Amino acid sequence: MALKMVKGSIDRMFDKNLQDLVRGIRNHKEDEAKYISQCIDEIKQELKQDNIAVKANAVCKLTYLQMLGYDISWAAFNIIEVMSASKFTFKRIGYLAASQCFHEGTDVIMLTTNQIRKDLSSPSQYDTGVALTGLSCFVTPDLARDLANDIMTLMSHTKPYIRKKAVLIMYKVFLKYPESLRPAFPRLKEKLEDPDPGVQSAAVNVICELARRNPKNYLSLAPLFFKLMTSSTNNWVLIKIIKLFGALTPLEPRLGKKLIEPLTNLIHSTSAMSLLYECVNTVIAVLISLSSGMPNHSASIQLCVQKLRILIEDSDQNLKYLGLLAMSKILRTHPRSVQAHKDLVLQCLDDKDESIRLRALDLLRGMVSKKNLVEIVKKLMSHVDKAEGTTYRDELLTKIIDICSQCNYQHITNFQWYISVLVELTRLEGTRHGHLIAAQMLDVAIRVKAIRKFAVSQMSALLDSAHLVASSTQRNGICEVLYAAAWICGEFSEHLQEPRQTLEAMLRPKVTTLPGHIQAVYVQNVVKLYASILQQKEQAAEPEAAQDVTQLMVDRLPQFVQSADLEVQERASCILQLVKHIQKLQAKDVPVAEEVSALFAGELNPVAPKAQKKVPVPEGLDLDAWINEPPSDSESEDEKPKGIFHDEEQRHAKQRLPEADEEELARRREARKQEQANNPFYIKSSPSPQKRYQDMPGVEHIPVVQIDLSVPLKVPGMPMSDQYVKLEEERRHRQRLEKGRKKKKTKEKGKPRRHGSLHTESDEDITPAQQVDIVTEEMPENALPSDEDDKDPNDPYRALDIDLDRPLADSEKLPVQKHRNVDTSKCADKEDVPVVEKKVKKPKKKEKQHREKEREKTAKGKEKEKSSKHKKKKHKKEKEEKSKDKKKSKKKLPSDEAAEPVENGALDEEPLPPMSSYCLLAENSYIRMTYDIQGSLQKDSQVTVSVVLENQSRSFLKNMELNVLDSLNTKLARPEGSSVHDGVPVPFQLPPGISSEAQFVFTIQSIVMAQKLKGTLSFIAKNDEGSTHEKLDFKLHFSCTSYLVTTPCYSDAFAKLLESGDLSMSSIKVDGISMSFQNLLAKICFHHHFSVVERVDSCASMYSRSIQGHHVCLLMKKGEKSVSVDGKCSDSTLLSNLLEELKATLAKC
Amino acid sequence: MQFMLLFSRQGKLRLQKWYVPLSDKEKKKITRELVQTVLARKPKMCSFLEWRDLKIVYKRYASLYFCCAIKDQDNELITLEIIHRYVELLDKYFGSVCELDIIFNFEKAYFILDEFLLGGEVQETSKKNVLKAVEQADLLQEEAETPRSVLEEIGLT
Repeated sequence: MALKMVKGSIDRMFDKNLQDLVRGIRNHKEDEAKYISQCIDEIKQELKQDNIAVKANAVCKLTYLQMLGYDISWAAFNIIEVMSASKFTFKRIGYLAASQCFHEGTDVIMLTTNQIRKDLSSPSQYDTGVALTGLSCFVTPDLARDLANDIMTLMSHTKPYIRKKAVLIMYKVFLKYPESLRPAFPRLKEKLEDPDPGVQSAAVNVICELARRNPKNYLSLAPLFFKLMTSSTNNWVLIKIIKLFGALTPLEPRLGKKLIEPLTNLIHSTSAMSLLYECVNTVIAVLISLSSGMPNHSASIQLCVQKLRILIEDSDQNLKYLGLLAMSKILRTHPRSVQAHKDLVLQCLDDKDESIRLRALDLLRGMVSKKNLVEIVKKLMSHVDKAEGTTYRDELLTKIIDICSQCNYQHITNFQWYISVLVELTRLEGTRHGHLIAAQMLDVAIRVKAIRKFAVSQMSALLDSAHLVASSTQRNGICEVLYAAAWICGEFSEHLQEPRQTLEAMLRPKVTTLPGHIQAVYVQNVVKLYASILQQKEQAAEPEAAQDVTQLMVDRLPQFVQSADLEVQERASCILQLVKHIQKLQAKDVPVAEEVSALFAGELNPVAPKAQKKVPVPEGLDLDAWINEPPSDSESEDEKPKGIFHDEEQRHAKQRLPEADEEELARRREARKQEQANNPFYIKSSPSPQKRYQDMPGVEHIPVVQIDLSVPLKVPGMPMSDQYVKLEEERRHRQRLEKGRKKKKTKEKGKPRRHGSLHTESDEDITPAQQVDIVTEEMPENALPSDEDDKDPNDPYRALDIDLDRPLADSEKLPVQKHRNVDTSKCADKEDVPVVEKKVKKPKKKEKQHREKEREKTAKGKEKEKSSKHKKKKHKKEKEEKSKDKKKSKKKLPSDEAAEPVENGALDEEPLPPMSSYCLLAENSYIRMTYDIQGSLQKDSQVTVSVVLENQSRSFLKNMELNVLDSLNTKLARPEGSSVHDGVPVPFQLPPGISSEAQFVFTIQSIVMAQKLKGTLSFIAKNDEGSTHEKLDFKLHFSCTSYLVTTPCYSDAFAKLLESGDLSMSSIKVDGISMSFQNLLAKICFHHHFSVVERVDSCASMYSRSIQGHHVCLLMKKGEKSVSVDGKCSDSTLLSNLLEELKATLAKC
Repeated sequence: MQFMLLFSRQGKLRLQKWYVPLSDKEKKKITRELVQTVLARKPKMCSFLEWRDLKIVYKRYASLYFCCAIKDQDNELITLEIIHRYVELLDKYFGSVCELDIIFNFEKAYFILDEFLLGGEVQETSKKNVLKAVEQADLLQEEAETPRSVLEEIGLT
């Protein structure tokens, strides 16, 4: 053994430490991966050694490698070993490694529970601190459940260092184990008034974080926070509190009114920008929630806007950015106040920082009005020209479109101008947003009927100009625009001035270089154009011209028939056949124009995007039921509407049955309607004009009108929108003059033009240039009301939406705190439950007291609400009264405890019932004592006895003193200078109903035998009648188990230990056990301080170590109803005693 | 705060602290993405950027970038302050800190961070207290180390 250690230490001298590793990595720049894999091999060797220092060094190096991106999950167990080292040096490294690489998926994490618990209760505050820090990074729901109580206890630790850490980590615990929130909350609230500023700020932090997610549960804390806000000078804390108020005010408008004043004071006085920014943000939030009724609220807004202006004008880019960000929040509700600073925002568009420019763009969106839209867009267009990066240029482009199209084109008064802007945008090379421009063109052309004529003229010019087509590569997104242009020219071909010219443009050979989907649209719309030209020519009685066009089609279409794109090819060949047929008819002088144009009769209307979703399910229709009993075969497929190419289908039908008689058609139509009615996939929209044309095929006559354009056509590529700006200005001027003449008439005119546009007052003066009717999108009949469902079910904060004012039910207590029974009825109840108990130090009574307070408060709150409706003035007075009441109730003891509802929690439903190692020591009518004994590997002859003292009486207990009769073997550690007969004073007093924990250290020589010590607790009980000396005798039982310390062991070491042969062996068997093996194992591990080494089915090996270094190995097997345990230990007496204790535990299972 | 990353101008990660549990894969992905984004920004740009549903606050000190991710409602300026405070702490502890200090004593840098922030929240606003805690813990470590020489360890004394 000694030899092994020597070897370990010498090896250690040759091991690389972290510095060597880092240096090595830096020296091996070329073959870093190779070097590191070599290092990892070395580390693996080091981890196999017994020397903990070597292991810690190895783990430290692994942590570094983990940061470099290497997987170290394989070393998780070694990390736990280092975590459980007794020396702080190693423990620190172990916890650091764990916090860096453990996560919820790490399976060995469950092995750490006991280790962490031990460290949390360590006498060294740094051990506790390091454990808390580590836990904050890798806490899992299981750890949170098991350790919640320990951490809660630490919130009342004597050292502020521990208290503040414990308070902060509670937030993580709440997130993982929401059930702990209610039991822990009263204590958390207490910490808001902790004497230590660090603890206080931690508590503020936690409550603010909680409250921001679920503000309504924390409204009752508002007065407390208000006090803190007006008294605190710590900016970190102030920021949190102010943020919290921002979350609370939407729920309580009265709070907002109160807040405005202190907040504006802060805004005026503070020099800290972070605080100023937070205040401004909260004031904005408050003003948003206070929709009206604030007399000086415009003053506050003005103040905010002014301060923000200062931020934006600052040379610091960060402040500029945040100023713009906050400005955009104000903009949402108070656009007027922001619009005054348009100059500033436009100035920011010239900033060198792109993110600032983008923020400014966001602001612009809200700043536009009918008046300034043209000007702003002009400015943006000039930026588009000089923008260097494509991303920013694309962003500008989307913004322009966004600004113009927002709220149903609310701000656009002249759509000619808008179309020309869009056309100008098509000159952008290499933009990704061609489809956006295209969508806008289509949208405007379809929805604004009056603009179609103009749009068509622009689009035909676009089609005609070669520059787009010429520069079009597959990647150039701008060619998408041609898709829109082709469609618009085809669909609204009646507005075309020179249809023949456009037709030729669309049939150019260059077109075949366009992407397939665009070509497909070309082919389809060529026919529409063709139909319209035929009609025109036939009406004008120019059969030659008509035949000429047909010939053109027949000549040019084959280039599309050869297309590689399936869609294009298919359409082109169909159409080619159709045109050839027409050619034959034309040769016979048969008029064809009407029939051809009937192919495209009817008008398309936009359908609302949600239309499909809103179709109500007809009564009696079960969508899940089969419509036809056997799943129908392919036949039914054919009858479904083909979807996208609706008109194409029409055409086929027409081709096939050109002479179908009216009756037949009617019959088919009827059958089809029947089909559709039964077809769940078919959207019914009977009254829409979209379907109407089916009923009157080929009857509608589309006249081709000669269009007289007021604006001369321009070749695209020249800046045109400016001209429209001038035209528009002139128009507005004229209008103004006109308006002066006839005020009343304009109002009538303006009214029916627009849908859904909300005019701001000043804008109302400007009437749109076109007779604009934006066709609203169609919805199916009986559209279902929209359902707002979207709340993320995975939101972790949702679980913390817990009512904190409701009195605490017993079932909600943190896992097993049963020894703190308060009233006797419950006491009897609980004693039937054999589950042993977990440590808790502080009082349920305190919670109860708190509960009382809370209840009073809510009652009071309700009163307050009522009265405030009647008299608002009294409000303040009552609040003062309330706080007085609170103080009173603190003094007064709750007397109605018996009335408390007794609910027994269903703790047994948990797969692994939480356990506690505390057991009853002694009890009388005054006091109840429970205790737990813990050994520590650091001190091989000491154990710590933690005694929880709970005052069960109405008296005040003080001068408590604990004394024991020392034995030769076991002695109580007494303060220096006291004799062996003196007692040890308990360092606290107990008010009624309060419990607290005291720790006593005992020194022990031999640990192989269990032993009992007799002792006495003496105290003075003081109540109204006077005070009495009382005492309580007890017997302290030191079991052998209490000398064991949970120590993890990995299977290699375990096997070596067993092989070594220096262990003596013994075994026991217990019958009649019904508990599951899992629970059994957990129980043994918990109560007897073992850790599981390996588990296979219902057989497990376990390990533990005594404080004096005895190894204890167990092999536990579960049979049908029995359990056998084989034990090996370096001391046979210890083993047999341990096994006896195990037997006793097992017998209870 | 969701996480904090320290990386060099070359994009080498020097420190990472995650206050939200994520898998290693996810962490690596985020790190790679952020390092790229932040390094691509020009020096004159502001310290904030929106990324996924988070806000990134970063600041460059000499050759090191300090980069924090915060939630939407959090205060960017206070986060900058936190970064600055941490740099000050490092500076005080190491005595005019440089990148190499952090590379070679990366565990110390973590210890300081852990005393300053816990679970992503500011734990101690006083610089003095943070350093006191770290130094005392260091002292404890040295005390434990010094009296146990190698010889003592193997039981030869």
